[in-house]
Amino acid sequence: MTSRSEVTPWWRNRRYLPWLVQGAVALVIGVVVAFLLTNLLLNLTARGLLLSWSWLGQPAGFDLAETILPFDASLPYWRAMLAGLVNTLRVVIAGLVGATVLGTLIGTASFSSNGLLRRLARVYVEVIRNIPLLLQLIFWYFVVFLALPNGRDALQLPGLVLAKSGLFLGSPELVDGVWQAPLRFTVEFGALLTGLVVYTAAFIAEVVRGGIASVPKGQWEAASSLGFPPLLTLRRIVLPQALRVIVPGLNSQYISLAKNSSLAVACGFTDLYSVSETTLNQTGRAIEVMLILLGSYLVIDLVISALMNGLNGLVQLRER
Amino acid sequence: MATTPPLVVRASPLRRLQKELFGSRLDGLISIALLAALLAAGLGFFRWALFQAQWAVLSANSTLFAVGRYPVEQQWRLWLLTTLLALATGFSWGLLRAFPGSGAGRALWPRNDRWAAAILVVLALWRPMALQLTIAIQVRWWGIAGLLLLARWAAGRYGPAIPQACRRLIPLLWPLLYLVGMVLISGGLGLVQVPPSEWGGLLLTVLMATFAILLCFPLGVLLALGRRSELPLLRWGSVIYIEFIRGAPLITLLFLGQNILGFLLPGGLSPDRVWRAAWVLTFFAAAYVAEAVRSGLVAVPAGQLEAARSLGLPVPLALVHVVLPQALRVALPATVGQFITLLQDTTLLSLIGLLDLLGTARTVMANPMFLGKNAEVYLVLAILFWSCCAALGLGSRALETRLNPHSPSAPQA
Repeated sequence: MTSRSEVTPWWRNRRYLPWLVQGAVALVIGVVVAFLLTNLLLNLTARGLLLSWSWLGQPAGFDLAETILPFDASLPYWRAMLAGLVNTLRVVIAGLVGATVLGTLIGTASFSSNGLLRRLARVYVEVIRNIPLLLQLIFWYFVVFLALPNGRDALQLPGLVLAKSGLFLGSPELVDGVWQAPLRFTVEFGALLTGLVVYTAAFIAEVVRGGIASVPKGQWEAASSLGFPPLLTLRRIVLPQALRVIVPGLNSQYISLAKNSSLAVACGFTDLYSVSETTLNQTGRAIEVMLILLGSYLVIDLVISALMNGLNGLVQLRER
Repeated sequence: MATTPPLVVRASPLRRLQKELFGSRLDGLISIALLAALLAAGLGFFRWALFQAQWAVLSANSTLFAVGRYPVEQQWRLWLLTTLLALATGFSWGLLRAFPGSGAGRALWPRNDRWAAAILVVLALWRPMALQLTIAIQVRWWGIAGLLLLARWAAGRYGPAIPQACRRLIPLLWPLLYLVGMVLISGGLGLVQVPPSEWGGLLLTVLMATFAILLCFPLGVLLALGRRSELPLLRWGSVIYIEFIRGAPLITLLFLGQNILGFLLPGGLSPDRVWRAAWVLTFFAAAYVAEAVRSGLVAVPAGQLEAARSLGLPVPLALVHVVLPQALRVALPATVGQFITLLQDTTLLSLIGLLDLLGTARTVMANPMFLGKNAEVYLVLAILFWSCCAALGLGSRALETRLNPHSPSAPQA
C-alpha cells in the first residue's frame, strides 16, 4: 500500500464531511427559496399586489349567513374574518365536547359484557373511519338536515324543535308558520357539528379503547375481588391509569378536529376558511389572506396542544 | 410431571350466544333494545333501497362517474389499460400463491382465493347489468374478469417453472405498467393528447391517489431520516417543514396551491390545475408519512447503526441495508394508515373545483334532472370508498404478518 492512499482525502474527512453536506443542502434550499421569492416579488409588483394590510379596513360588501358578533356588509374585512374565526372556534369547541363524550361512550362500549354492543362499537369505528369526512359532511347536510320537515311537521320535543330552518332551543313558538326561539342554530352548523362529532368520535373511541386495554387485567380482577362494582372500578381504578395513555392520543385527535372544521364550506357554514375564500376572490390579496388563514389555524393548534400538555401533566404518574 | 393440555369446554353456539347477549338482566335489556333498533333500521333501509330509491341516476351517469369528460373516441385507451391491469393483477396474484410464504401451502386455489374469485365473478356479472350498461360494454367487463382469472390460473400453474433470474424482474412489471398507463391516459408517443382538465370521476381519483402515494413515500422517508439526522441544518429543515404542513388544514394548502403557486413561478411555467393539486397532495402526505416512518426509526436500537458502522459500512449504506428495512417493517401499519387517509383526502379536490368522484357527484346533483337523488349517489360513493379503504387495511395486515420475522408463516430466507 502506498502512503498516498493512507491519507484520507479531504472530501471524506469526518471533520469536514458534515459541513460539506450541510453546505450543499443550504445552497440548494437557498437557491430555491431565492428563486421563488424573486418570482413572487416580480409577479406581485407586476400586478400591483405588493404586501399591504390597508385593505383589511375597507368595507367587506358581503353578508354572512350566521354570526355571533354582529356583522353586516358595511363592516370592514377584518370584522368579517373575525366573525369567521369566531364561528370556527364555536364549532371546534362544541365538536371537542361532543366527540369526547361520544368517543368515550363507544370506546368503553367495546369492553361491555354484552356481545352485541361490543360488536356494534367495532362496526361503528370500522365504518366511519373508512369513509371520507367530506363525503360524510355532505351526506349529513344534503341527505339528513336539508330533508327535515318545516313548520308544523317539524320534529318537536319539550323545549326543542328540529326543523329545516334550524334547531330551536328554549320554548320555541310557531309564529306565522316560522319557528322562533331564544336560541337558534342553523342546519349548516348542525350538519357540520354532527359530521365532525360522528367522525372524530370513531378515532377517539380507538384512543380510549387502547388506553383501557393498556391497563393490566389484574387491576380489574383486584378491584372486583375487593368488592368494587364494575362502573366504580372503571371510574376510580381503570380510567385514572388509562388516562395516561389516552390524553396524548386525544391531543392529536383534537388538532385534527380543529383542522377538519375547515371543511365547513361543504355544508355552507361560514367559518374562517369560507370567509377567507370569499375575501380572496373579492380582493385578490392571496398572500395576506393565506398568511392570516395559516396563522390562525397554527394558533388554534398550539392552544389545543398547550392545554392538552397541561392536562397531561396532571394525569401523569408523579414520582418522588 | 407430565403436562396435560388445559381442559377446554366448547359450549354450543346457541349457548354461547345466550351468554353473550343475555348474560345478565341488564345485558338482556340492552340486547333486546339494540336488536329492535337494528331490525327497524334494516327494514327501513331495505324498504327505501328497494321501493323508494331511484337508482337510475347512477346508470344514466355511469360514464361520467367512471372517467369524467374523457373523449369518447379515445376511451379505448382506458379499456386497454384496464385489461392490462387485470392481467397484471391476476399474474401477481397467481405468483404470490405459487410460492410458499403466504402460509397457504401450494394448493392452486386456496379457500380465500376461491372466495375472492367467486366475488369477482358475481361483481363482473351483476354490476354491469345493474348499471344497465349496453350489452357490448357488459361483454367487455366479462372478458376482463375472465382474463384476470385466466392469468391467475396460468401464473399459479406455471409460475414455479419460471427461472429464478426472471422472477426477480417480475415486480418491475408494476412501475412499467404505471408509466404505460400514464402515456395511455394523457397521450403522447403518437397518441392524441387528452388534457388533465378532461379527466374525471374514478379515473381522476385513482390517478391522484396513486400518484401521491407513490411519490410521498420516498419523500417521507427522506424527511424522517432528516429529522433524526445529527446535522442540525437537515434536522431543523425537516422539523420546520413537517410541523408547518401538519399545522395547516389540507384545504388551505390546496387553496394555496391554486392561488399562490402561480405567483411563485415565472409566468407560464405554472403546471396545470390538476397537477398543482397532485403535487400539493404529495407534499402534504409526505409530512405525515415522515412521522409514521419516524416512529419506525425510533424502534430500531441505536446499536444496529453503530454495529453496521463499526463493520465499515458508510452511513448511507448502513441506513439502506440495516436500519430502514427494520424501521419500515415497524412503520408499515402507520404508513398504510396514512395512504388510506390520502385516498380519502382526494375528495377535497372537489372543493377546489376538480371533478374527482365527489366533484362529479356534486355536478350531477346540480343537474335539475337528478334533483333530490343525493342519498342514492352519496351512499354508493360511501360504499366504494369504504371498500377500497377496508381492502387497503386488510392488505396491510396481511403484509404485516408476512413480513414479521417471528410469525410462523414468514418466508424462510
